[in-house]
Amino acid sequence: MTDFLHMGGYGFYVWSAYGGAVLAVVAEIVAVKRRLRAARDATRGIDRSGVT
Amino acid sequence: MRDSTLRTKSHNVNWFRYSSPVSFYPLASALAPWFAVPAALLAFAGLYIGFVLAPTDAQQGEAYRIIFVHVPAAWMSLLIYLAMAFWSALALGFNTRLSAMMAQALAPTGALMTFVALWTGALWGRPTWGTYWAWDARMTSELILLFLYLGVIALRQAIDDPRRADRACALLTLVGAINVPIIYFSVQWWNTLHQGASVSVTSAPRMATLMLSGMLVMALAAWCYSIAVALVRVRSIILERENNATESPQLRGMATRVAQ
Repeated sequence: MTDFLHMGGYGFYVWSAYGGAVLAVVAEIVAVKRRLRAARDATRGIDRSGVT
Repeated sequence: MRDSTLRTKSHNVNWFRYSSPVSFYPLASALAPWFAVPAALLAFAGLYIGFVLAPTDAQQGEAYRIIFVHVPAAWMSLLIYLAMAFWSALALGFNTRLSAMMAQALAPTGALMTFVALWTGALWGRPTWGTYWAWDARMTSELILLFLYLGVIALRQAIDDPRRADRACALLTLVGAINVPIIYFSVQWWNTLHQGASVSVTSAPRMATLMLSGMLVMALAAWCYSIAVALVRVRSIILERENNATESPQLRGMATRVAQ
């Protein structure tokens, strides 16, 4: 496992690359879901601004 | 005679029906999971091939494993731009609202893929070439691609009337499309630090089968992911636009129905 994380000395580069990519994808998925929910709420006339 | 005409009609799906945003909305909802689930499965399989099955590269060691995300993201950044240009051309040529919405839905995902390509490329370049960044033709043109995506997004936000924004964004997208062949051929046209293509349609790939298959599975995952995300985003765009009071109140009623 340690070997795997070490990546033959390139661990920092490999995991930063994948970490950044995963972060970007997760952020986009969250953003896209939130936007759809907000749009559906607005269409139905629901105001969730008071609810967190 | 009359009967057979009717029968033919009822068996034909009227595809033009789906060029209307409100009719397309439920289709987009139904299609999205068919791309989202394969995207997750393919990404899992691709990473398994890339990290567990594929051997260590003789020259680059383990650092080469970055290509399993770098190359698919870079391909996708170009393909999404081409798709965006296609929808923009339709929007300009036929004045269709849904095409413009599709182009709008693709821009943020295109920007994301371009960012991922640049980010992972920098982290691969440092151990391989000794630098995170160089102003060579491939990297500079890919950076311009990121600015084009961000420019299209910013332009839309700067224009209040959505129909005018559609036309302006479509025009900018089509003018910017010249950058796509420049990126693709940059490694042949100029002497770049970035290496030439290891995979091409016309010749045998210059890499191990397992490395290549890991990359191709990840590329398929990127396709499915992009389509799924764009389908969800286009639904938001349809609703947001129909909610806009300046657009037809009749469509607003229909939007309320489909959002239930």
